[in-house]
Amino acid sequence: MAHGPSENFFTRWFFSTNHKDIGTLYLWFSFAMFLLGGAFAMIIRAELFQPGMQLIKPEFFNQMTTMHGLVMVFGAIMPAFVGLANWLIPMMIGAPDMALPRMNNLSFWILPFAFTILVATLFMEGGGPNFGWTFYAPLSTTYAPDTVNYFIFGVHLMGASSIMGSINIIATVMNMRAPGMTYMKMPLFVWTWLITAFLLVAVMPVLAGAVTMMLMDINFGTSFFDAAGGGDPVLFQHVFWFFGHPEVYIIILPAFGVVSQIIPTFSRKPLFGYSSMVYATAAIAFLSFIVWAHHMFTVGMPIAGELYFMYATMLIAVPTGVKVFNWITTMYKGALTFETPMLFCIAFVILFTFGGFTGMMLSIAAADTQYHDTYFVVAHFHYVMVAGAVFSGTAAIYYWLPKWCGRMYDETMGKVQFWLAFIAFNITFMPQHFLGLAGMPRRYSDYGLQFADWNMVSSIGAFMYGGAQLLFLFNVIRTIGWGKPVEDPKVWEGADGLEWTLPTPPPFHTFSTPPVVK
Amino acid sequence: MAEQGNYYVPEQSKLPLLAALGMGTMGFGAATWVIDGQSATVFVVGLAILAIVMYKWWSVVIEENMRGMVSDQLKHSYVLGMLWFIFSEVMFFAAFFGALFYVRVLVNPWIGGEAAITLFDDTPTDASVANSELLYPGYESTWPPLITPDQAANGESAKFVGPDQAMSFPGFSNWQRILAWLPLWNTIILLTSSYTVNIAHHALKEGNRKIFTRWLGITVFLGGVFLVLQAEEYIEAYQHMGLTLDSGIYGTTFFLLTGFHGAHVTLGTIMLLVSFLRGLKGHFKNDDHFGFEAAAWYWHFVDVVWVGLFLVVYVFD
Ligand code: HEM
Ligand SMILES: [Cu+2]
Repeated sequence: MAHGPSENFFTRWFFSTNHKDIGTLYLWFSFAMFLLGGAFAMIIRAELFQPGMQLIKPEFFNQMTTMHGLVMVFGAIMPAFVGLANWLIPMMIGAPDMALPRMNNLSFWILPFAFTILVATLFMEGGGPNFGWTFYAPLSTTYAPDTVNYFIFGVHLMGASSIMGSINIIATVMNMRAPGMTYMKMPLFVWTWLITAFLLVAVMPVLAGAVTMMLMDINFGTSFFDAAGGGDPVLFQHVFWFFGHPEVYIIILPAFGVVSQIIPTFSRKPLFGYSSMVYATAAIAFLSFIVWAHHMFTVGMPIAGELYFMYATMLIAVPTGVKVFNWITTMYKGALTFETPMLFCIAFVILFTFGGFTGMMLSIAAADTQYHDTYFVVAHFHYVMVAGAVFSGTAAIYYWLPKWCGRMYDETMGKVQFWLAFIAFNITFMPQHFLGLAGMPRRYSDYGLQFADWNMVSSIGAFMYGGAQLLFLFNVIRTIGWGKPVEDPKVWEGADGLEWTLPTPPPFHTFSTPPVVK
Repeated sequence: MAEQGNYYVPEQSKLPLLAALGMGTMGFGAATWVIDGQSATVFVVGLAILAIVMYKWWSVVIEENMRGMVSDQLKHSYVLGMLWFIFSEVMFFAAFFGALFYVRVLVNPWIGGEAAITLFDDTPTDASVANSELLYPGYESTWPPLITPDQAANGESAKFVGPDQAMSFPGFSNWQRILAWLPLWNTIILLTSSYTVNIAHHALKEGNRKIFTRWLGITVFLGGVFLVLQAEEYIEAYQHMGLTLDSGIYGTTFFLLTGFHGAHVTLGTIMLLVSFLRGLKGHFKNDDHFGFEAAAWYWHFVDVVWVGLFLVVYVFD
């Protein structure tokens, strides 16, 4: 067995069984998808720059909103955190690698195939999926283009990848911890991923069920979602959101984990309320299974259902509040410094909390009748998903990249990127709250003149935000190739945890004998 | 292959990439196949690639184990992997059971005109009248809907004879019909097979190879019989009962639930068959036979699903 990576490029990257290399593959794939999804967003914002139809046809606009959502959720954010899990979990729990290294590589390599199939539909007759990332029936069944079948099997593939990836993570965490690394000593990133993996194994099969029902309705005459056969289109929404709401926590929980690692480092204090963080994460995961119909307040539910889903949704604010409180208390009286990862994490805490508040507004069933399907919802979920998940992912790269490759990123450039991203993000999405409250519906390619000003502002912000990502890419490449070497195993003065006991950069095989944790 | 200190990390492998290639080709091929309705070539090529890779992959794993390269820790990872895989399968079925529950318990009365939106005010609306015009002529909100959309469109030839004469529990009064009731036989067969696989398991643990292969063989046989009977039931449904995929929500839920169960029984039977063949080759030791154990767990899982199906699809109609 070679103790370093294989010399041959193809062998190393295509046949890998190494958690670091596979993690790297996930991260680059995710960034490529981030740029692709971002390009779709640029097209959307360019069309919405002014009222009237300028650049593209409405049919294509629909494909762009759909593909933007799908690519960002399934192609960019989820694989990014799986990539981080691959790199970090073995290093954090004192394992040599993931529990099932070959399956690990399979989970990754399914993704390029799945997304090739999905993106290829854009070039096929009838165009790509055009029914929104939530693909409600009957838009996605009776009225869908034929290419919906490619979409269906693409989703099946992504699901298979996610399930295998999650099983691997669960097996790693349950089975590969170094002696002495008890559950309640695990770093929070590991905890949040363990719970996320559980959510994934529980709900990805339900998503598979939803697309399978679509497949049958479309091609084999069944009537799951067809009232003319005694079925119900609303059934689709129930099945989808039973997956979909846990999915948003699948996206945000690992982000919570990242933030819970970084804030203590730059506060030079241990995380405040470790065990309450663990319990809050578990509580959020549990609640996420029983609140799904808050996405469906306007479809026609019994009053009892509306009330139940309203109150249950509001409950989520409690464990979420615990987390925000703990992050802030960790910083309180700490010896704070504001390196780029910390800046992103502080922005995360502020903006994610803001997004949580708009979530609270949306959870009021009566009020949601007004907000539903407007830009207010778009603003809400971009605050939690971009300023939440994407900011924390960016923070994670700045924070661990020096450890991984033994080279420091350019701090000034990092800070410039942060401020650019932070300002541009708010310019893009803050006005969308106003647009939504004023009644602008989401997913339309044109709008009334009264919405013109804020849309233009939002588009300008979006282009700036896109530019900030290119700066990020440049900084990362520069770091890997030409960054100033770092030798200190700890990299950051306040860092704590097993991964910082390894040499910088860490050896190809993480721990060849298990470390003992006291 | 490397034992690193106390740890095990496998060598690089071509198999995962090839498996992904097989799966991707299958996915693409399946979509092409359903769209133009004929050319399954790409799908079949993908399936072939995947089948070959899986055969190779498991051969490698088996060989590693026989050569003693698999540590106890890795064995435990395999156990965890299988358990969580079964859990994901449970959730897949949960989606379909949930769908059945939702249409049967909630939607059916709602589109039949029962006050829906106003749970606290149950004045009936006259939606039933409107719905039978809106949905299809003759629609009535019963479970199962007796006049199917298929019949409404195609007349008597597609008449659904109704579950009384077909799938559902015929009642205790008529023992002859009970005896001819396929689902009951299927239940007996599957439950028995869960028991026989258990006998095999115990025999293996006690090191009694002969009893092991005998009872495992019987289990595989029972699995096969179940599948034949299930196919027979489908043929009956299509040819004599007017119950098809097109016959509205009852046919939909009936065929999808039993169909996916049948697919899982097929998979389980194949897994047991492989274990049987491996048993003949003497692969299993009395304290080391996870390949078989995983298949047995899977078999118990499809058994439990069947009991659920038997109750909600057949008995409590
Ligand atoms: C305190 C926490 C939260 C609450 C109370 C909440 C509540 C809601 C509600 C009620 C809606 C439905 C609005 C409508 O369609 O009319 C919604 C939409 C949404 N939320 Fe949240 N949310 C919270 C946190 C999150 C998080 C953490 C994420 C993801 C990281 C997220 C992602 C989304 C998405 C993607 C949608 C829109 C889905 C769509 O229709 O396309 N939310 N939220
Ligand atoms: Cu939700």
